[in-house]
Amino acid sequence: MLERHQFGLGLRKPLYRDFLDGRTAVAVDFVEVISENFMVDGGRPLNVLRRVRERHPVALHGVSMSLGSADGLRDDYLERLRSLADMIEPLFISDHLSWSRFELFNSHDLLPLPYTWEALDVVCGNVHRTQDMLGRTILIENPSSYVSLPGEMAEWEFLEAICERTGCGLLLDVNNIYVSARNHGFDAQAYLSGIPAARVRQIHLAGHSQGRELLIDTHDRPVPDPVWSLYASALERVGPVATMIERDDDIPPLPELLAEIEVARAIARGNLRSAA
Amino acid sequence: MSLAALQRDFRSWLTAEASDAAARFGKHTAPGLAVYLNNYRGQLMTCLAQSFGAVRAWLGDTAFDGAAATHIDRRPPHSWTLDAYPIEFPDTLDTLYPQDPEVAELARLERDLGLAFVARDAAQLTLPDIAHVDWSSAILELAPTFSLLPVTTNAGAIWAAIESEQTPPAAAILDVPAVLAIWRKDYSPTFRTLDPVEARAMFRLTDGRTFGEICAAIVHEVGEVDGPQVAGNLLGRWIAEGMIGSIKER
Repeated sequence: MLERHQFGLGLRKPLYRDFLDGRTAVAVDFVEVISENFMVDGGRPLNVLRRVRERHPVALHGVSMSLGSADGLRDDYLERLRSLADMIEPLFISDHLSWSRFELFNSHDLLPLPYTWEALDVVCGNVHRTQDMLGRTILIENPSSYVSLPGEMAEWEFLEAICERTGCGLLLDVNNIYVSARNHGFDAQAYLSGIPAARVRQIHLAGHSQGRELLIDTHDRPVPDPVWSLYASALERVGPVATMIERDDDIPPLPELLAEIEVARAIARGNLRSAA
Repeated sequence: MSLAALQRDFRSWLTAEASDAAARFGKHTAPGLAVYLNNYRGQLMTCLAQSFGAVRAWLGDTAFDGAAATHIDRRPPHSWTLDAYPIEFPDTLDTLYPQDPEVAELARLERDLGLAFVARDAAQLTLPDIAHVDWSSAILELAPTFSLLPVTTNAGAIWAAIESEQTPPAAAILDVPAVLAIWRKDYSPTFRTLDPVEARAMFRLTDGRTFGEICAAIVHEVGEVDGPQVAGNLLGRWIAEGMIGSIKER
């Protein structure tokens, strides 16, 4: 459990110079990187990550673990991730409640799961295996989804069951809750009320786009007002947590992202005052 | 439907747009399935475009996008890392452009430069490392980033012109096939064309021959007067350019 709120930023290539060249470290409590970008043999990416790690705690966020794969996880993936974790000593290791791979096909996308008892057994088995391999608990992130598959429980009930069975924590993506709630017509506040709040260690904040019929989780614009409101509601439920701005496309200059972090700080301060 | 059956259907939808598989997801899933299909193909198109900037510039956007779409249709990704997806793209270009061999060769050059970018690090050889080497039995181990690429066209010159934003030369078949050496200097991938003597020496080196054996072959090729000096110059250049990772003795 964190002792206080922390605020961080997704570290992406256009920001490397800001994080490496400045005489003083960028004013964030941590950075998060995409694990797979650094699960390589050598070269500049690992050099950059080592240098950033000298200045900041680093969270490793994966997109290819495929925790929902019916035929299990890949050993070579887990071994690479463990090597990276041994090198970086990350603040968190996280991946998504989704699947990407089946047999020899890897979609490189976060595909939806049916929230069934069978899928729960599969995901929990894969989480157990990951945590055994890494020697630590991981965080699982709620996904954005565009298809609602027939299931036997709500997403938040599914997440709670995973946490109970495996001891893992949650990475709560507030934007994903908003996007999925709009796409599937459920109540985002009910979702927040249903999640196991004590398990939330990290929060993602991001922007989205309006597609033809659905909201799309694009991470290419500032956090919109409805997501900020939902974030304030989330903070009323969870304890001290690591909040992060996740921007993956059309990345603006660093000051704009730091300004978004200041908004998050202000909301957290407001919550702390109202709780006192 | 079991989870495995669902994932099999999803794969069929993404890789073949199989309407029977899509229908099994239910009536109201078409807009969402379209989003996933768009994300899947868009991600792979972006991966190929970013990995093959020079090929894209050479072919033009429309032709490149067509070739990338063909590749995505033919070769669904199988690795957990997107870094692996570009590896087989040159094979697709071989089949699409059989009369234009510079296209696939340009792609192989870009691919191998990309692989060198994230290949394993190795310590640089220093003077003390080579001070007491018995060269007759020494085996030169190439840097982990090093590879050799045989070419029949001026793909190297085309890549260099595009990279420096100059007008590329017209495609041409070389009078004599050449070999490109590709490796990483510090953190930047690089390449250069080897002359025939150096290329043959490099292939012997990759076969695990000793430097003594390589010297003997060079002497046989260029004669006893120039051979020792040519071999010495090559050794000095290879070490200075960071092509050699370590030296062992047989």
